Amino acid sequence: MDNAITSTGMTTDPTLYPPYTPAVHEEHEHAVLPQHRHHFETEEQQREAGSFGMWLFLLTEIMFFGGMFFAYLLYRNWYYEAFVVASNQLSVPLGAVNTAILITSGFCMALGVWAAEVRQKGLLVVMLLLTTFFGFIFLGVKADEYHEKYEKHHIPGASFSTAMFVNPAAYGLKEDPLSPDMAQKTQIFFFLYFAMTGMHALHMIIGIGILAWLTLRAHRGDFTSGYVAPIENFGLYWHFVDIVWIFLFPLLYLINRHPLK
Amino acid sequence: MAHQVVHTDANDPQNITNPEHAEHRLITPLQYSLVYVALLIFTGATVGAAYVDLGWANPVIALGIATIKGVLVILFFMHVVFQSRLIKMTIAAGFFIFFVLITMTLSDYVSRSWGLW
Amino acid sequence: MSTAIGNTIVSLPDQSTARLPKRNYINNEHGLLSWLLTGDHKRIAILYLISITFFFFIGGAFAGLIRLELLTPQPDLVSSDTYNKFFSMHGIIMIFLFLVPSVPATLGNFLIPIMLGAKDLAFPKINLLSWYLYVIGGLFTLTALVLGGVDTGWTFTTPLSTHYLNTHVITTAMGIFVAGFASIFTGLNFIVTIHRMRCPGMTWFRMPLFVWSHYAASLLMVLGTPVLAIALVLVALERTFGIGVFDPTKGGDPLLFQHLFWFYSHPAVYIMILPGMGVISEVISTFSRKRVFGYTAVAFSSVAIALFGFFVWEHHMFIMGVSNYSALVFSLLTMLVAVPSAIKIFNWAFTLQKGSITFETPMLYAFGFMGLFTIGGLTGVFLGSLGMDIHLTETYFIVAHFHFVMVGGMLMAFLAGIHFWWPKMTGRMYPESLSKLAAVTTFIGFNLTFMPQFILGYLGMPRRYHSYPPEFQVLNVLSTAGATVLGVGYMLPLLYLGWSLKYGAIAGNNPWQATGLEWQIQSPPLTENFVETPIMDHEAYDYEWLANKTKHEVTTVG
Ligand code: HEM
Ligand SMILES: [Cu+2]
Repeated sequence: MDNAITSTGMTTDPTLYPPYTPAVHEEHEHAVLPQHRHHFETEEQQREAGSFGMWLFLLTEIMFFGGMFFAYLLYRNWYYEAFVVASNQLSVPLGAVNTAILITSGFCMALGVWAAEVRQKGLLVVMLLLTTFFGFIFLGVKADEYHEKYEKHHIPGASFSTAMFVNPAAYGLKEDPLSPDMAQKTQIFFFLYFAMTGMHALHMIIGIGILAWLTLRAHRGDFTSGYVAPIENFGLYWHFVDIVWIFLFPLLYLINRHPLK
Repeated sequence: MAHQVVHTDANDPQNITNPEHAEHRLITPLQYSLVYVALLIFTGATVGAAYVDLGWANPVIALGIATIKGVLVILFFMHVVFQSRLIKMTIAAGFFIFFVLITMTLSDYVSRSWGLW
Repeated sequence: MSTAIGNTIVSLPDQSTARLPKRNYINNEHGLLSWLLTGDHKRIAILYLISITFFFFIGGAFAGLIRLELLTPQPDLVSSDTYNKFFSMHGIIMIFLFLVPSVPATLGNFLIPIMLGAKDLAFPKINLLSWYLYVIGGLFTLTALVLGGVDTGWTFTTPLSTHYLNTHVITTAMGIFVAGFASIFTGLNFIVTIHRMRCPGMTWFRMPLFVWSHYAASLLMVLGTPVLAIALVLVALERTFGIGVFDPTKGGDPLLFQHLFWFYSHPAVYIMILPGMGVISEVISTFSRKRVFGYTAVAFSSVAIALFGFFVWEHHMFIMGVSNYSALVFSLLTMLVAVPSAIKIFNWAFTLQKGSITFETPMLYAFGFMGLFTIGGLTGVFLGSLGMDIHLTETYFIVAHFHFVMVGGMLMAFLAGIHFWWPKMTGRMYPESLSKLAAVTTFIGFNLTFMPQFILGYLGMPRRYHSYPPEFQVLNVLSTAGATVLGVGYMLPLLYLGWSLKYGAIAGNNPWQATGLEWQIQSPPLTENFVETPIMDHEAYDYEWLANKTKHEVTTVG
């Protein structure tokens, strides 16, 4: 145990020391790094507190997305036909490629954390840049998909058009036409699509912002002398964003392709 | 959620040993690469499965694979395999409450119109 | 009670020689900036205390206006729209800007690190960020207020809030969204601190119950608040873009909003009461000179409340069109959540039994809490029973129920805590007889205000209307009269606590002879709390340990 408390040589018998004697505390007997905050006893404690805090924050993110996941579950069951045809308007190849891109970005991030741990500054910077790069590609593909929805009038709101779902034949689609009433419900699918992927993209944009700042600091050598916490905790955030996408991809793109009749 | 209250009175009344302390171990680049490749393979598999009509099994497979992928990311990319029990319990608590949100809300919707679900 | 103890346990240092400690967290640094950029949990607690007090009195002003309107059956003071804004602003400010942060962000912030023997919370900067978010949230709400207010009620019920109102819903929702993150960050900081920053010897079962209850409340803040956040985001999107998730004409379900809203807001009522329960545990133990009866049960009941709190939210929606079957399930689960609350009340009662009870001001408030919270909790059980609820929901009975728990419970606990720890926070005592007067005034005013509302509700007076049948007037006049008394009861502490900052008696380290670590250090504490990391070598509430220690000190010093 590299906990400073053990270094005070305390035994486990509470009767051995007088009531309420402050520990003979060897102030910082091990090497102290500048980033060590003095209200933590040890750096180990600081580091563990940091990642625990990050995990708690990610729990709030789970619950935040949870509300939308539930909405999706509910309306998919209520308006199954509408969700099927609307979902088929998404491009599986683009979604699949984007999934691979995001996983690659996460892989680079994981390697970046490793590079920081083994104190290889150059490698860390490269990995952070690659993470950012793949993040941008993902957002680029996403923007392309959004643009296509715009052209097809599939963005919910005043200009939303159900024409494609009421009269699929006119658009060269093989699907059965929906009643106008049910076709209206495709708007809910597209809203949830935009809300969930949009919220996901927003998280990525924020992440890329932080990445830029981390890259600068990494370049300065801040994280390759034993102080890995910011990289590690940002890594947790970035991987969490990956996981959200790992679930969004099948929910939005895949599971509605073979409707039960 | 009554977690982490398993305290250490028996052998450590002073709580000197932080019971939630975890070994600090690294995952090697090779291990990361294996996970990465596995994730790509699963992505391919789920896309492939989506093009085959398996009836009710399609969503089950897709979400099952997503869960496996998510678990892989959590365990390895996010280092949870080597994390303390506290972190593991924390994550479990998060998913548990998420599960409560979904199932308890669903209990209303499912029973509002029996049989239509 | 033996005369040797007398009827007070207050022991102050000799006033002719006593001085405030030369160096403490208040005079450690000077200037406004040293406060606005501080990382010290104690200073942030003071910042929070000032800001929530500000909002409390704004919210209180609206309460006064509501009661004034209800003095007569006719709608004579304001139009119905304005009245709707009054009660909406009252509820929003009181709940999100006062009660949710009240005890945790002030007393919790100040005390949790000290009680654990730590120098600060785990993340001081995030703690400061939390306060800034709170202030920004508050400013949004004030902006909405100045621009003309909002009239959705604090519940933002759809489709009312999305389709039928033209007031400042989005601005207010933004305010609550931001303030919600303040609450998340406070909770997150507490959880990490409690897990990671305990001093040597401070095992889970040696922590004061105040810390346990804050732990439970923090779990609720972290896991519940984001669901409120997403619900409010969706309301904002529905209003601006007409996206349809909550719009029945487009296939959406307005009840989905309520599910999400109450998934947070039921746990939120426990965010609003659990920290108060922690205060009561400390106060009751100190002024009965006894360890809290059934420490472990009280500790676990906090966590149980937090856990069960996530399984009952639908009791707010029984008449809204949810399925009968699930209403049945939620009704049964609601009965469950009353059990841990009752455990606490019983354990406090047993703590009092055979204790050497003294009646200092915090204890008076604590007695108020016990009585009023019991009534509030029991009427909650009435409301949780399906059949009763259909009769009582949306009447003044509900209003009385939640004011009994939130005002009679949490506000009393807040005042108990403020009085109890005032000597620690400021180094000075408040005037004893005046504060007792205030405590009694509050109690009388409270009962006069809200007892009649139970009857009114039972007789069928609906909530949220600004006129009512003339036969209800007598009870309404009583209620308004009570509110006036209550108002006086709340003004008094503001005045005499302010006065005491300069003229109060020097408190010394431990005026109450209490056992917590916070009482073993100087008042007001040093910025770093402890000169050396303390070691916890005794159980919580160990009065024998304290007696030994005092004896030891006397012999060595004398
Ligand atoms: C002790 C257990 C409790 C039970 C069983 C309980 C039960 C209930 C029930 C069933 C309702 C819904 C009534 C209706 O709308 O028809 C309700 C409303 C309410 N309760 Fe409680 N309650 C309890 C404790 C608390 C506590 C501790 C607080 C706050 C500190 C609280 C605050 C509220 C509020 C604010 C409302 C009204 C919400 C609104 O419609 O504006 N309750 N309670
Ligand atoms: Cu409730």
